[in-house]
Amino acid sequence: MKSCLVVDDSRVVRKVARRIAEELGFSCEEAEDGQKAYESCQASMPDVIMLDWNMPVMSGIEFLEKLRQMENGDHPKVVFCTTENDMAHIQRAIMAGANEYIMKPFDRDIVESKFVQAGILEQTVS
Amino acid sequence: MKLQDFDVYKDLLMKKSGLVITQDKSYLLDSRLTPVAKKWNFANLDAMSVALRGIPDQGLVRDIVEAMTTNETSFFRDQKPFDQFKQTILPHMLKARASVRKVRVWCAASSSGQEPYSLSMLVKENQALMPGWSVEFLATDLSEDILAQARGGLYSQFEVQRGLPINLLMKYFRQEGEKWRISEDIRKMVKYETFNLLDPMTRLGKFDVIFCRNVLIYFDEPTKRRVLEGMAALLPPDGFLFLGGAETVFGITERFKPMENTRGVYILSGGAHDRAPASAVAQPVGR
Ligand SMILES: C[S@@+](CC[C@H](N)C(=O)[O-])C[C@H]1O[C@@H](n2cnc3c(N)ncnc32)[C@H](O)[C@@H]1O
Repeated sequence: MKSCLVVDDSRVVRKVARRIAEELGFSCEEAEDGQKAYESCQASMPDVIMLDWNMPVMSGIEFLEKLRQMENGDHPKVVFCTTENDMAHIQRAIMAGANEYIMKPFDRDIVESKFVQAGILEQTVS
Repeated sequence: MKLQDFDVYKDLLMKKSGLVITQDKSYLLDSRLTPVAKKWNFANLDAMSVALRGIPDQGLVRDIVEAMTTNETSFFRDQKPFDQFKQTILPHMLKARASVRKVRVWCAASSSGQEPYSLSMLVKENQALMPGWSVEFLATDLSEDILAQARGGLYSQFEVQRGLPINLLMKYFRQEGEKWRISEDIRKMVKYETFNLLDPMTRLGKFDVIFCRNVLIYFDEPTKRRVLEGMAALLPPDGFLFLGGAETVFGITERFKPMENTRGVYILSGGAHDRAPASAVAQPVGR
C-alpha cells in the first residue's frame, strides 16, 4: 500500500484530507507543522505528501526545500493544498520542487484528479 | 406536473435537441424549467405549458432546450482519450498529412470549452514536432449560452483544478480576480459555432478527427445512428472518432468499429486503419 503524509495545522483539514487519501487507497500519517513533517520523513519517507503552506514552527515551503535536500527526499510526490491561490505562490511552490498544487477548498474529485496528474494514481474511467 | 404537460415537453425536447426524457425524470423539468417560466413572466409552469401548445416564441423554446441540457465537463476529462490523441492520432496525422501539414478536428458537443482547449494545449505542447502545421479546432454546441462561456475562456478555481495539470495552468492561464482566463494563444486555436447535431452536418466541411463525447447518451437509438452516420460521412478513410466512456457504436451502426488497444476511439469499418491498424505503425510522441 502506498503511503501519504498529511501536513496541516488544522485538525479538521487533516481529517478531511486523510479520509480522501484513505479512500483513494493510501495509508496515512499526519503532521501538524513542517518540523513534525520533517521528523516523520526522517523516520520513514512517504510516497505522497499533502502539504499546507502556512503553519507555525515551519511553513510548508520551508519544509519542502529541506525535504528535497534529504536523502531519498526526491521520492515523495508533493501536492500543496493551500488557501494561497495566486500565481506567485504557485510558481514558487513548483520552483521549490512541488509536483502539484491544490487551491483550497478541495474535494475528493480535485484530489483524485491532481493525484492522477502527478502520476500517483491511475485514472479511473468516470 | 400533469401527464399531458409532460408530453408537451417530452416532444419538444426530442424534436429540438434529441434529448430523451422519461417520466421518472419529470422532476428535472420542474426544477430546471421553473426559472425559465419566471424569466418569461409566466405565473407558473402550467401557464408556460399552455403557451407551448400554441405557437410559442422561438426564444422561449430555445431557453427551455438549453435549460435541459447537461453541460458537465472538465479539462482532460477521463485523461485516456487525450493520451491516445497524443500517442496515436497525432503521430499518425504527422505522417499521413505531411504533404498538406493541416489537420482539422471537430469537438461536436464542446460545452464550456474544456475539451477543445485541452486538445489545443496538447497540440501547443507538441508544437516542436509539427513546425508550420495548422491544427484547426471547430467546437460546436447547441447551447449559445455555454458557447459564450467557452469563447470567453474564463474558468473558476474549481474548474481549473479538475483535470488540468498545474504546469499547464501556469503556462496557459492568467489570473483575473477569483477566476482564471485561458491565454489568447490557445483561445485563437479554437473556432466556436452554434450547431445542433440533429441538423445536416455537411456544411461543416470535412474533419480528420471528431470528438463526440458524452452527448449521445442523451439520445435515443435512431438519433444516435443518424448522428454517427452523419459523422462517418465527414471523415476520410483514416479518420478517427472519439466517444465518451459510456457510449458505444455496438448495436447502433456498423460504419464504425472500436480501434484495437484503445478505449473510446473508433475507426471507419473498411477504412485505412481497419486494414492496417494505426496503433501498430504509430510511434508515441514524447510528453
Ligand atoms: C455533458 S456535455 C459534454 C461536453 C464534453 N464533450 C465532454 O465530454 O466533457 C454535453 C453537451 O452536449 C450539448 N448538446 C446536447 N444536445 C445537443 C444537440 N442536439 N446538438 C448539439 N449539442 C448538444 C449540451 O449543450 C452540452 O453542452
